[in-house]
Amino acid sequence: MQTTAAPVTALIEELAKLPGIGPKTAQRLTFFILRSPADQARRLAEAITRVKESIIQCSICFNITETDPCAICANPERDHATICVVEQPLDVLAIEKTGVFKGVYHVLHGALSPLEGIGPRDLRIEELVARVKPGASGAHEPVHEVILATNPNYEGDYTVAHIMQVLAGADVRITRLARGLPIGGDLEYADEGTLGRALEGRREVNG
Amino acid sequence: MPAHARVYTSEALVLRRLDFGEADRILTLFTPSYGKVRAIAKGVRRTTSRLAGHLEPFTRTQVLLATGRDLDIITQAEARERLDALRSGLWHMSGAWYCSELIDRFLEDADPHPQLYRLYMQTLRVLNDGAAESESQLRCWLALRLFEMRLLDELGYRPALVNCAGCDTPLRPEENGYSAELGGVLCPNCSRYAQRRLSLAAFKVLRLLQTTTWEALPRLRLESNVQIELEGTLQLTLRYHLDRDLKTWSFLQGR
Repeated sequence: MQTTAAPVTALIEELAKLPGIGPKTAQRLTFFILRSPADQARRLAEAITRVKESIIQCSICFNITETDPCAICANPERDHATICVVEQPLDVLAIEKTGVFKGVYHVLHGALSPLEGIGPRDLRIEELVARVKPGASGAHEPVHEVILATNPNYEGDYTVAHIMQVLAGADVRITRLARGLPIGGDLEYADEGTLGRALEGRREVNG
Repeated sequence: MPAHARVYTSEALVLRRLDFGEADRILTLFTPSYGKVRAIAKGVRRTTSRLAGHLEPFTRTQVLLATGRDLDIITQAEARERLDALRSGLWHMSGAWYCSELIDRFLEDADPHPQLYRLYMQTLRVLNDGAAESESQLRCWLALRLFEMRLLDELGYRPALVNCAGCDTPLRPEENGYSAELGGVLCPNCSRYAQRRLSLAAFKVLRLLQTTTWEALPRLRLESNVQIELEGTLQLTLRYHLDRDLKTWSFLQGR
């Protein structure tokens, strides 16, 4: 016997597909939407539709954007000779928030992961090579520096090792983000790997 | 995990990791005494995590685990041995992932294999030395084949290399056949059932890998066609027992 109306069940099922949302949370969200004003529900529905319809990937950096090229790639103020390579669009947001970086990005959309079967062809690596190596079509100016900002874990390092291999021979400076101690961290709990690198990469403070 | 214990310590190597929730990860640990253990590490994706740097793959770690209802919870972790050179060697890292995937696929949870644990660690060290260029590529390649051979042994899939897997007559030093389905090498008489041919050179290396330890393994010189043959033979066997392809295999090919 059907005790809940079909549209309600349908919404619960759809919401339960979202990450981190179990059946109970899906039910709560559904009943919250049911009780909320029609206007609010419509805005939510429209926002979801718009995000799918109007968001595309930038043809240069593959960040998610509404316009192609994206606002960062189209900005003449930015340093187009410095490319920061990140795994996810969210990483672009994180780096943008620092306000330190004035170059452009390249979003790989993942990291190489042998265990998950994610290989170079599943990522935007060929496109990166095309941007960096000379003779690339549509390049604004030669690239001077590639900053590899993958996650500091084995998948990230594996991706870096691969990119180093495919970029071998390119006349470009390749750098990586520094590794060291996080602000608000605790020296006592730092692992030797991080602490060792923090020591190696120490900075003069009285210079 | 030990029965009744609420908290227990173990040495462990991380086989695989799965992001979970906001900042957690579900880890598959390989431990010497408890076998494969699934555990949750809370908050490890935050940069300020006290656990994160200690719970990377290919790092020998001492962990303190609390028995949970479903998954155990990692409460403390301290790295004991890290293989940092591995990070810069593409092929060597692929080899390390490959070993992890083999263990993860072949072993059931909570099935201890202390010898396999030691072999895994040893293989990782060889690969690490290879990435640091203090060990040759061929030795690393051999370490992977030895690992595959020992894995089959340890799990009861030891290929028959002394007597014919078909008629049980002693095998002679000549070209033979091989069948993963029948469980090993086939004499020329039974070779019509073979899935592939096995040259004398490859046969000898297989026997050596089955009987010797890593320390005693002589410095071999192998033709590349023998290498390809050995890779193929072992891959056929592993694939037969696993009934699926390994995702990491293609990463090792593309060297």
